[in-house]
Formats: sequence, C-alpha cells, structure tokens
Amino acid sequence: MTTGVEGYMYPNEITLYWSVLIVLYPYITGLVAGAFILASLERVFRVDAIKPTYRLALLTALAFLVVAPLPLQLHLGHPERSFEMYFTPHRTSAMAMFGFVYLWYLMAVLTVEIWLDYRRDIVVMAQSSSGLKRWIYQVLTLGSHNISERALAIDERVGWLITLIGIPSAFLLHGYVGFIFGSIKANPWWSSPLMPVVFIFSAMVSGIAAVMLLYMLIMRLRREKIDMLCMDTIASYLFYIFIIDFSLEMLDLIHRIYEADESFRTLNFMVHTKLYFSQIVLQIFVGTLTPIVLLALTQVLKLPEIARKRIYTVAGCLTLIGIFAMRWNVVIGGQLFSKSFLGYTTYKMALATREGLLMSIALTILPLFILWVLVKLLPPWPEKVQSGTSAASAAN
Amino acid sequence: MSVFKDSGHLFRLVALYAVGTLTFLGIRAFFVPHSFGQYGHYRGAAITEIAAHPIHFAGHQTCETCHADVQEMKKTGMHAQVSCEACHGPLAKHADDPSIQPAKLDTAVLCVRCHAASAARPKGFPQVAAAEHSNGLPCETCHKPHSPAISAGGAK
Repeated sequence: MTTGVEGYMYPNEITLYWSVLIVLYPYITGLVAGAFILASLERVFRVDAIKPTYRLALLTALAFLVVAPLPLQLHLGHPERSFEMYFTPHRTSAMAMFGFVYLWYLMAVLTVEIWLDYRRDIVVMAQSSSGLKRWIYQVLTLGSHNISERALAIDERVGWLITLIGIPSAFLLHGYVGFIFGSIKANPWWSSPLMPVVFIFSAMVSGIAAVMLLYMLIMRLRREKIDMLCMDTIASYLFYIFIIDFSLEMLDLIHRIYEADESFRTLNFMVHTKLYFSQIVLQIFVGTLTPIVLLALTQVLKLPEIARKRIYTVAGCLTLIGIFAMRWNVVIGGQLFSKSFLGYTTYKMALATREGLLMSIALTILPLFILWVLVKLLPPWPEKVQSGTSAASAAN
Repeated sequence: MSVFKDSGHLFRLVALYAVGTLTFLGIRAFFVPHSFGQYGHYRGAAITEIAAHPIHFAGHQTCETCHADVQEMKKTGMHAQVSCEACHGPLAKHADDPSIQPAKLDTAVLCVRCHAASAARPKGFPQVAAAEHSNGLPCETCHKPHSPAISAGGAK
C-alpha cells in the first residue's frame, strides 16, 4: 500500500484520488475555450484572414465541449446523480456551479452561434438532401425556411451579439476551471489568484494550436491548398498569446521563489525530482520554449511555405503536449506532496480501468469522431454549400 | 412587421428553449422531494426519518446502573473518559434485555485500534508496535482493560 511513498504522508494522501481523467478535464475544456476565442477573433474583431477556420473552430469547440463532462462522470461514477446540480443548485459551491457554467456555454452560446451561422446552409440542405439527412436538417431548421436577405442580416447581428457574450463566457468557462484549483487554500501548489488567468491563456494557446493543426490535417486529407495567410495569422496570434501565457507562468514561478513561504522547499524539491520530466523537460522546454522559438523564427525570417507548414505542425504538436503537461503538473503535482511538507507519494496510472490510460486515450479521440460527424453534417467549407445551393436551385 | 416575420425563426428558438426550461421545471418538481430546503441544503423530512430509527447505543449512564463496580474501577484509570460502548459496541438491546449477552471481545484486536504505534498520533499517547510488544498475546494478559496500568493480577 505504501509503495512509492517517501518521507511522511498522512494516510489519506497516499493514494491520488484525482486521476489522469481530472488532468483531461481542464485540457479538453481549455481546447473548447481556445477554439471559441479563435473563432470570435474573426466574428467580433473582424480578422478576415482567419475566416477559413471560423466554422471549423466553432465545430471543434462543440465537439470537445460535448466530451468535457465525461472525464468527470467517469471519475465520480453515478452519472445520474449529476443532474442534482440542476435540480438542487448549491450556490456556495464552485464545483456544484459547473453545471450552470457548462449549460450556459453549451446552450446559450455555442449551439446558438453555430445554429445562426449555419441556418442558411441548414435550410438549403433540408431542401436538397434526402432520407435521414433531410429529416435531421428539417428538425434543425425548427420549421422555418426563411432565408431572406433580411432574415440572414438579423442572424448576422444576433450572431455577433452572441459571440460578444461568448467571449466572456469562454473566459468564465475556463477561468472557472482555474478557479477550482486556485481557490483550494489548503494546497499551496494550487492556491494562487493567478491560476484562473494562467488557465485562460493556456486554454487560448492550446485551442488555437488544435484548430491550426486540425485545419492543416483536414486540408491535407481533402487534398486542398492550405490558406497560408490564414495559417500565418493564426500562428502569429499563437505566438503572441503563448508569450503572454509563458510570462504569466514565469511570474507565478518568480512570485513563489521570492515569497518562499513555508511550502517552498517542499514544492521546489518536488519540481526537481518527481515533476522534473513533466514540468521542466516537457512543459517548459519541449512544450513552451521550443514552440515559442519555432514560431519566433517564422515571425523574423522569410521562410518558404513548406518550411512554415512544417514549423507550424511541429510547434502545434509540441504546444498541445506542453499544455497537457501543464494540466498534468497542476493536477497530479498538487497531490504528490504531503500537507505535512515532509513526504511525497507516487501516481501510478492504471491501464484498462475506468480511470486508466486507455479510457483517457478514448476520451481524447472521441471529440475527433464527434467533429468528423459534425463536419459531415455541417460542412465548414464554402464550396460544399455552394454545390448544395446549386443542387437546391436545380431542384427548384 | 417584416422584422417580426424575418425573425420568426428566432422566436421558434426562444420557444424551444422555453419548452425545454418548462420540461426541466416539471421534471425537477417531480424528482426533488417537497421538504428539500426546509431547513438547509438537504431533505427536511430526513430529520424525522432518522429520529425514527431504532436506538442502538444505551449510553454509559444506563450501563452504570447495573455495572457500578466497573464504573468504580474505570474512575481510577486512564480509560475513565472512554465510554463503555466505545469498546463493547452498541448494547441497547442488552440494556433492554440483560439475557442478550454481548459478544466476548478479543483484546489482541481491539486495543491496537487505538494503541498501535503511528506517527500520526500525539507523542504522549500510549502506543506500541503490538507484534514486538506482546508477541501476539492478548493485551488483557497483563493489562486490565477497565484500568489498564500493569498489575500483577492481570485482567479483570
């Protein structure tokens, strides 16, 4: 039972209760928030260069948002009890408020924005498709086939407003996840007012990197040309936000080193031993400094297109690894040391259990399948819609 | 008027959400017990239901009405503040009907629940590594459980 324990641990600290699934939860939520904020750049801030990824970013956010509560459900068990969050809301518990933060973001922001943006296409496809697809599109039209110019102009305005509300909502969604950790005052590794801010910026970094990679991958699979102006613009946003994110994390680190409170020696030892690989190597060097340097190269050098594509791919993958490592170090790191500051335990990940490695891999892949279905149902590519429109007009 | 006509789909969306909300409220009314929130964030009726449970513990005052000799012995020792049923278990049935005899306790198992050596216990609290201390013998071989200081007479 005490394998992997060094020094003195309180009995209830020996086993880690927040497993890899709790690492996955902020990771997936972060991808949602980041992808949505990227989409909002185009919608609210009129960054036209990234238009090719606007719809893909929205669908990515939805695919990951649908999966976001699953790690929690699997970790806690008894998924039927999760409805208690809505039936008997506990207003003084931040964790119990998750249901409302999630529901708001899913139902009031993301679904409505996607519906408004796709409404014209849905109506066109409801008229041009057949069989089950036609039935699905008919339901999605809500019985209204009005796609007059004026109706679409209203959709555009309402959609803009929803996106505007969506930006603080995305900040709220992921800031909330950071708040959960940052407000645990008994744990010095977590308890920091910077935690929600760091979580938001790391979410933006991971979401932008994920959409950038997905766009390049899908374009490759579709054998279409990658819009390099779009990629260059996204990469520059990724670079700038990454610098802010890294600065904030370093600020947190410097603050801890300078303050050097009673937990410092314990945490410092942990970072140099048990968390050395995941924190120093993976998170900081591989997952942060390397992609920042790679992205900086594309900003200062005039590199050919093929080199930029490769750099964006490598930097994007490393970023996703780095942000996952950051979530790991927060969640697992916070449970590895004793509150007595006199000992350390070890996290041994299970393989084929409800909270094991295979389940985590399945939960990471699941959003990609959902995204595939969403892309089939609501193609983000303009040419598909045009062909749909022409088919509809031919039918008429 | 055309504004309303051209935004008809939005009203449909709002209506759909309204139906969803009403459905939720209906389901909530069905599933949430009526007494929930009566006193706090729990089911108010739970208090009377719990109060109606049969009592399992008699309380040390009840024990002492018959076992005054044990009470006298306890008073002098380190276990003066330990309630009878903390070791003997719930004995309301025995108090109601003395012919129901409580199970005999195995002190080799019982005492180490509190007295096994553990760094988490206060330093001044008596604690032993049982295997080394007694070599498997029951504690009552040397200690009187009701007044545990060592005595030549052993257990009583």
